[in-house]
Order: sequence, then C-alpha cells, then structure tokens
Amino acid sequence: MDKLQALALLQGYTGVGIGLMIGLGALGACVGVGIMCSRFLEGAARQPELMPQLQAKVFLLLGLIDASFIIGLGIAMLFAFGNPLIPAGLK
Amino acid sequence: MAASYETPTEYISHHLTFLTQPAHTGGFWSFNVDTIITTILLGVLTFGFMWLVTRKVSTGVPSKVQAFVELSVDFVNEQVKSIYNGTTRLVAPIALTTFVLVLFMNAMDFLPIDIVSMVLGWLGIHTFRFVPTADVNTTFALALAVFGLMIFYNIRIKGFGGWVHELFCAPFGSNPLLWPFNLLFNAVEYVSKPLSHSLRLFGNMYAGELIFLLLGMWAATGIVGTIFGAVLHLGWSIFHILIVVLQAYIFMMLTVVYIAMAHEHH
Repeated sequence: MDKLQALALLQGYTGVGIGLMIGLGALGACVGVGIMCSRFLEGAARQPELMPQLQAKVFLLLGLIDASFIIGLGIAMLFAFGNPLIPAGLK
Repeated sequence: MAASYETPTEYISHHLTFLTQPAHTGGFWSFNVDTIITTILLGVLTFGFMWLVTRKVSTGVPSKVQAFVELSVDFVNEQVKSIYNGTTRLVAPIALTTFVLVLFMNAMDFLPIDIVSMVLGWLGIHTFRFVPTADVNTTFALALAVFGLMIFYNIRIKGFGGWVHELFCAPFGSNPLLWPFNLLFNAVEYVSKPLSHSLRLFGNMYAGELIFLLLGMWAATGIVGTIFGAVLHLGWSIFHILIVVLQAYIFMMLTVVYIAMAHEHH
C-alpha cells in the first residue's frame, strides 16, 4: 500500500503542475493576444485602407505570441501521458 | 476495429508511439521510420507535382493547375520581398520549399487517425504516426537547417573575421571588458532562435493531434459523449485548418526573417 500511496502522491502533484502550466500559459497568451488585437482594431479604425496588411501581420503575431503557451501545453501533455518523473518501479 | 484497448491511456499511448528502428544502441540513436517515410513521400509528391507543372508552362492563358502553382509562388515572393531586400537569389526558393513542405506535412493531420491506423493494420503495420511535423525530430531538423543557413550567410556576407567581430562586439560596444557580455547575449539569441522556431511548430501539431485523440476518447463514452464529442471535434477541426496553414506561414516567414537578419551589419 505504501507504493500505491507514493504513486498517488506523485500523480496528484503532477496533476496540479499540469493545471498550473496550462492555466498560466493560457492567461499570458490570451492577455497578450487581447492587447495586440485591441491595437489592431484601433489602427484599422484610424486607417481602414491599411486593414489587409495589418490583418496579415495580426495573424503572424498571433502565431508568435501563442508559441510559448503551445510549448508549455506540449510539455504538460507529456507529463499527463508519459510522466517521466515516476520511477519505473512504481508503475 | 483491428485492436481493442484496455484503458484510455493505452489508446493514447498507442497512437503516440513511433515506428522506430534502432541505429546503434537504441534510445536517442534510433530512426523514426514512419516519419522518414512520410516526409520523403510527401516531398516527392508535392515537389514532383510542381516540377511536372513547370515542364508544361504556357505563356498564354494558364491552365488552372498552372495558375494555382503561379499563385503560390507569387504569394511567397511577395512575402519575401516585403522583408528581404538583399541580393541573394536563393532566399525566395528556400521560403517556397519550406512553406510547401511544412504545409503538406501539417496537412497530414487532417486524416482521421483511427481509419488510417485500421487500414495500416490490415497491411500489418501496427504503430505508424503519419504527421511528420508532430515529431520533434522533423521540426528540429528543419530549424537546424535554417540555423545552418543563417550561419552560412553570416559568414558569406561579413566574412569569418567580420562575423566573429560582430559576435564579440555587438550590441554593447567594442571595449574588451564588454566581450563576455556581448558573447553571452549573442549566444542566447543564437540558441533561442532554432529552439523556438522548431518547438512552436511541433507544439502546435502535437497538441492538435492529442486533442483529436482526447475528443475521440470522450466520444466513445455513451450517447451524450458521442454527440458533444462530435460537435467539439467539428469545431476543433475547423480551427485546426487555420492553425495548419498559419503555422506553415509563420515557419516560412521566420525562415526569411532569420536569413534576412543574417545579412544585416551592426
């Protein structure tokens, strides 16, 4: 039962870690995208003829801003499905 | 279904396992045969197709296929011209190559995982991952190739001595006391570029595939799960179409930006 307890503890903490990774990453990404898009709307309202070029840049910057969040998401998925911190004896 | 799974984790881990072939001692030194085969096949198909189209070019009214290829070449050329104003003529073809290849490698994510795995199971292949860019090795290979090109153009434009001088003296100044700081700054920049370049593409494709798997698993739990799972699956698929094209476009733009930055003098 001691092994089961240790395993449950490890997996519980991993769950909390995954939640923090995804939650904080999403927070940062969404606030960043919100700020960028508000500037885009402001700029498009000021100069509507530049809207197509600005829109192309918006999509490019969207991908760049989302990068760290998606990397964190990938690592969180790795912990969810192939947790490297659980020693082989406990599985 | 050709295979039945005991637990949900087994389903997911089975679909996330590569078809590996150990090269020396296994572990790090092994080939992901499925990724290599899919990449080669896609490269031959897409570039062979474009090459065949260029063999039958007509200067009058173009056929639809020719117009399509011309459209993509023009699009990439516009993007490259807006960023890079130098004299190297290989930058636009590099951009076109990366864009087309990454786009089609990403687009393999549109095929339904279970159906392809069922068909491959009939052929005797039981673990096959057919999205090459969902493999870290592919994206790192592409990013390291771009990194190599960056260093190559740095040395070619500035000369080897000029490049080393810039490594030690930009951006803070050429006082010998500042050399370690300059080197550290430049080292961080040089390390972070290929890392972020590759992991962005990998993370997007890997997370997309994983969410498809998770939604499919959710759809397998009773009738309510199936309905909601199908609806969310549709929504995520439509969003993923945008992500596939967007990530290919971003990869190409960053390639052009990095090569253009290698041409700049400080």
